[in-house]
Amino acid sequence: MTSLTKDQTPARPGGPVLEVRDLRVWYGTDRGPVRAVDGVTFDLRPGEILGLVGESGCGKSTLGRGLLGLLPEGAARDGELRFRGKDMLTLRRREQYRMRGSELGMIFQEPLTRLNPMMRISDHFAETLRAHERRISKADVEQRSLEALRVMGIPPTRFRAYPHEFSGGMRQRIMIALALVLRPAFVVADEPTTALDVLVEAQIIRILHNLRATYDTSMLLITHNLGIVAEACDRVAVMYAGKVVEIGPAREVFSNPQHSYTRELLRSTISLSTTGLNFIDGAPPDLTDPPSGCHFHPRCPDAMQICATTEPPVRDLPGGVRAACWAAEVAHGRTLDEDARRPLPREAISVADEA
Amino acid sequence: MPTKPESPDLSQEDAGPGDDVPPGPVIETDGLEVHYRLQGGALARVLGLRTRTVKALDGVTVQLHRGEVLGVVGESGSGKTTLGRALLGLAPSTQGSITYRGRDGERLVSHMKGAELRRLRTDVQMVFQDPSAALNPSMTIEQAVGHPLVVHKIARGAELRRRVHEALERVGLAPVERFASKYPSDLSGGQKQRAVIARAIILDPEVLVADEPISMLDMSVRAKILQLMLDLKRDLGLSYVYITHDLASAKYFCDRIAIMYLGRVVEIGPTEEIFANPRHPYTKALLKAIPDPDPERMLPRDLPRGEIPDAAEPPLGCSFHPRCPEAVAACGWESRDLRVVLDQHWTERGADFDTERRLVGDLDHLDAPSKRATLGKGDPAAVLALMEGVRAENPDEPLWNGVRSMESDGSKVVVEFEEGVDPALRRAGGVDVACVLYPDGAGSDTAASD
Repeated sequence: MTSLTKDQTPARPGGPVLEVRDLRVWYGTDRGPVRAVDGVTFDLRPGEILGLVGESGCGKSTLGRGLLGLLPEGAARDGELRFRGKDMLTLRRREQYRMRGSELGMIFQEPLTRLNPMMRISDHFAETLRAHERRISKADVEQRSLEALRVMGIPPTRFRAYPHEFSGGMRQRIMIALALVLRPAFVVADEPTTALDVLVEAQIIRILHNLRATYDTSMLLITHNLGIVAEACDRVAVMYAGKVVEIGPAREVFSNPQHSYTRELLRSTISLSTTGLNFIDGAPPDLTDPPSGCHFHPRCPDAMQICATTEPPVRDLPGGVRAACWAAEVAHGRTLDEDARRPLPREAISVADEA
Repeated sequence: MPTKPESPDLSQEDAGPGDDVPPGPVIETDGLEVHYRLQGGALARVLGLRTRTVKALDGVTVQLHRGEVLGVVGESGSGKTTLGRALLGLAPSTQGSITYRGRDGERLVSHMKGAELRRLRTDVQMVFQDPSAALNPSMTIEQAVGHPLVVHKIARGAELRRRVHEALERVGLAPVERFASKYPSDLSGGQKQRAVIARAIILDPEVLVADEPISMLDMSVRAKILQLMLDLKRDLGLSYVYITHDLASAKYFCDRIAIMYLGRVVEIGPTEEIFANPRHPYTKALLKAIPDPDPERMLPRDLPRGEIPDAAEPPLGCSFHPRCPEAVAACGWESRDLRVVLDQHWTERGADFDTERRLVGDLDHLDAPSKRATLGKGDPAAVLALMEGVRAENPDEPLWNGVRSMESDGSKVVVEFEEGVDPALRRAGGVDVACVLYPDGAGSDTAASD
């Protein structure tokens, strides 16, 4: 790489690419601040794919953009965010700008709107590479672009074609290749397959899953599709009302969910093995005024008295899972007094109070 | 928790309908075609050049029995939405027929126009995919849901209000006072879809065509909306055409499923049979490709390559053959497939692209579908050696089943393909399937060898 990358703080060998501690993101509105991300903590190791799931409006997209510093005007970040040991929240705007693309990447949902219809695919790559490595030779541009496209399954014969000549799935592959051609250490992929068909989606999940073999990129994969997480991710974080309520190895979380919300979300997902319809009553809370205690308690079938008053502690559980749920606390041997354990009478939820 | 309802006994339903409905399926299409002519430039029309035709539907024969849920499943571009729209007379049929058997007897939807077509909408209604787009943002929920009654001059005043409130209550938008005066922007996605469903049932229809009714909704409410649709079906005696790309919800929701690909039904049969014994390679691929939260289930490696082809230039033979992992000699191989295999060779093998590309020369002429392809700019012996190399590196590639001969004619390499057939829907086991692997009279599972 060129001089741009020389002044980087070298990553501590084996250390996490990303360290997030108590990160908060909020937007100012007329009704007060919207706490879209409310104290999120996690690490991301090199080459790891972390899935981020939750209902619409739980803050998962805001978290993804917050990590890259891509927040709109009027949004603020607080807490700790370290990328390869470097404090990202105190970094100047200009420096942050320079890191995006070369070290931090983003893959968007709708590929057609992100490609310039007047530019050939080859020009997209040349522009991207030149913006970060000014003196790169023409031959290098071509060689590196073709390599990135090859990994994504785009034939070299299409290198000089225009975006409209490609199908939706091919365009998304090109977008991913564009994000990866600079070999960023961390990429946020926000619903990268939502606009695609089942078979094409499966092809792209396969590619994402195999990326580790080619690039050492860590990825935050934001999706509402739990199936995709199970197929492509090492770990999964479940988000509810601005908080990560459970995080752990995808296999462990899906086969043995600890938080009541994770379990209910899994149960309400319609899959091939569905034999009865289950759903979570009610809707996610208004983030200007979230419920007291555990944010999920008004919708939770296991809610106890304590859930309504006291926020559950974040607890490391067996299997590498971390969860914040009173029911999980009790299940793992914590004794609560009788009053605290008494089931919480559910407020009547109308059928139509839903997401 | 509610479980899957028993599927209705179709034969009995058909044999003994109520007093006022004619026997037979409530909706039936026979060889239905919806073709769109692509208008070339003005000059092309003056000169009488070939105009291209998009075959959105190309000979679809399906039946919707009374009280059943028929799933129509396929990728975008498969024609599933066109089929749904055609059933309501919203897409002009160019060939074939649609018959609707309702309270007023048997009617041919495909020949209806104007007022007659509008009257049909009191019997056949549609639920759209995006509830935000399906509701007028400047109408309150009460106005929107009552609009069909006003348009068809069925009710007004107090009667209109009563029926709107009844419909809102039926779809769970209760207490009605809380929702009636709201605008769509005040409601959540699930609530909006309930309002759309209320509007669809307010005319007391017999059939609902639901086009991806839950795909825009959050995971946590999808099940609720499906449950609502099941309740309405039971209470109002509805029949559904459920259009979706999501096989998991179709498996739960449908009695029968039609799998569509590029304007045709490639497999149709009872849901249980389709999922237990998928026969068409496309159905098999769709089933395997569903990402499942079950950690024990992983995606297979042999996913079909590419995407659904251009309906204006469909592949020769079976439309699915270019992507089909099980394709045989008779599937309709042609010049365009050769290009795909060469592209794949250059993409996956990291071969010396520049040298090889110079050798084979320009490939654009392969895009005109032909059973005979010529290749090569350089020495034909070298081109032939390259092609044999491509064959040797992946001899299992189905294309080679369809290559009859590949030899040099002195200046170029000539590749000739086997004759292909375009398979029709045929009975195989409990389903109908359009695939050469299931020839006529193949019986149950003789051809299902993997």
